Amino acid sequence: GGSVPIADEVIVSIQKLNTIHNLDETSGILKCDAGVILQDLQQYTMKRNFMVPVDLGAKGSCLIGGNVSTNAGGQYLYRHGSLHANVLGLEVVLPDGTILDLLSSVNLKDNTGYDLKQLFIGAEGTLGIITKVALHCPRLPQERNVAFVACQDYKSVQQLLIMAKDVLGEVLAAFELMDQGILNLVQQDMKIPISMETTTSINTKNENYPFCVLIETQGSNKQHDMEKMEEFLEKAMSSEICIDGVLSQDLTQVHKMWDVRDSCGPVVKSTGYLYKYDISIPIGDFEDIALEMRDRLGQSHPSAIVVSWGHIVDGNLHLNITTPGIFEEDPSLTKRIEPYIFESVIRRGGSISAEHGLGQCKNSYLTIAKDPKALNIMKSIRTMFDPHGIMNPGKYLPDDHRLANHNGTL
Amino acid sequence: MKILVGVKRVVDYAVRVRVANNTIDLSNIKMSMNPFCEIAVEQAVRMKESKQASEVIAVTIGPSKGGTETLRTALAMGCDRAIHITTEQRTDFLEVQPRAVSKIFQSLVQEEDPSLVLLGKQGIDSDCGQVGPMLAGMLGWPQITFAASMEGDSDKLTLDRETDAGTETLEVQLPSVVTCDLRLNEPRYATLPNIMKAKKKKVDVRDISTFADLDLEPHLQVLEITEPPPRQAGVMVESVDELVDKLQNEAKVI
Repeated sequence: GGSVPIADEVIVSIQKLNTIHNLDETSGILKCDAGVILQDLQQYTMKRNFMVPVDLGAKGSCLIGGNVSTNAGGQYLYRHGSLHANVLGLEVVLPDGTILDLLSSVNLKDNTGYDLKQLFIGAEGTLGIITKVALHCPRLPQERNVAFVACQDYKSVQQLLIMAKDVLGEVLAAFELMDQGILNLVQQDMKIPISMETTTSINTKNENYPFCVLIETQGSNKQHDMEKMEEFLEKAMSSEICIDGVLSQDLTQVHKMWDVRDSCGPVVKSTGYLYKYDISIPIGDFEDIALEMRDRLGQSHPSAIVVSWGHIVDGNLHLNITTPGIFEEDPSLTKRIEPYIFESVIRRGGSISAEHGLGQCKNSYLTIAKDPKALNIMKSIRTMFDPHGIMNPGKYLPDDHRLANHNGTL
Repeated sequence: MKILVGVKRVVDYAVRVRVANNTIDLSNIKMSMNPFCEIAVEQAVRMKESKQASEVIAVTIGPSKGGTETLRTALAMGCDRAIHITTEQRTDFLEVQPRAVSKIFQSLVQEEDPSLVLLGKQGIDSDCGQVGPMLAGMLGWPQITFAASMEGDSDKLTLDRETDAGTETLEVQLPSVVTCDLRLNEPRYATLPNIMKAKKKKVDVRDISTFADLDLEPHLQVLEITEPPPRQAGVMVESVDELVDKLQNEAKVI
């Protein structure tokens, strides 16, 4: 809820600041206004054989400035790094009207002073409005291959991840997990490339595998990448770490397989009221936390279903709970989930918001998620930039009075 | 019965084609199996699975490296073996043209003696749609183009055929040439076990020069290749009155 007003705030849209300035083809440095739509930026760079290092499902409508303000992650973070790494410069308008130019002289390497732009990346607009962005863009990979594979249990998924990193090495670009629950929902909208055929005495039906993984390689040489992909898949199949799978033969199939993964969010949203959690936890805990929540809700709210998917290679799980057919929030269900789920995440040493940010829904939980000393420094920084509290009030950091009364527990 | 399936290596359907120096720029561009050929392969494999066909042979005419990739896809989808006619000439109409392709296929048909030749309805690069009809003519076989559905046995097929006015239902005696259209089937993904199996399948490699006696010289010369003019941005109107005014006075269509 970072962009949703709480009271009578003025909403500033930068969508008219939408000029792409230039792309230096030797260095890959792209400069543009913050209001450029991500997809437009992608098309601009693609024509010149470059790619924008961030990609998300919302590319058709989200603005690059917003991506930077929220430190958007996306599916290629493992391969291309986060925006903290790829943003080389910014122009920011500070709350007092000062135009901060961290962009006109932009370099791939610059160790002169505090790296101020890092403060604004992911600050969700609380420290200023980003008006220009300088981004480092990698060259467009000539080869993309996607495998859509199945694992019979979570242990195999983890083994598959290690094997992918070993065998695919530097061409591994994405490794995305989907559990059976979310596959069952997506299946209502589109065909899943692989499924189990289970024969009962009456009929044969298609059931989804316990876990499916989408693996993408990106590289410059088709033969090289294909050989690696086939070696990896052969190893995975023969060791039974992977029990089924298909491999894309052309770009259309690459897109179709990604469509399955990309539809996870929209599909669960259209199933019922959505209780959405974006968490970072140790990769070994992914199945465990879903089972924990299923167990907890199974007793109190049996109609709720828990499904999960995510950027497992980044340790980022999208844990979603929904009440199929019921589109109103059940406050008792919310209470049953929160803060329990956040406490479980913190207990596991994780982050309560891996990539979706804090906004107005998660800011109050920072009091249990972050060390109070750290929180106090964050508050000081915010006050320094925005002494009158005009930027996204009530969001991002916990409300002041909570911070002052904090004693380590909620 | 034996089925011969033609598979063509073309610029990937999802890739934007670039025109440079009065030709299509193929440097560093992603190539894949022609989508209509994929449909033909799928149909052939299904006929094998339903025991209508005993053997499916995939044939491609293309470069040494690239052609092998196309055939690997065909074999991974379920073809039994493949024939690779190697040539470094351009197969997107600029050098190897439908007449030459048809002649080569005619020769292979005489050699392999299939009852059915399945082809994609057209290559998405050349958009000719000529090999099916030409080959049928050369062989003296009946042809069904734009097949949208197919049923039958080893003697005859019943097919639906796409036309601008609707669907025709036709019956044809084998042997026959059939070209496949979009509605015929949805091609399968290549599964991992089948990709592994495909590596062991036989690929017979022959250079196009072994067909030199067939007169494969192009009879058509491409004079010019240009990109279509860029699409003009649409005009947003504020009211129905403005729309009517523009249709009447600017576009002059009412």
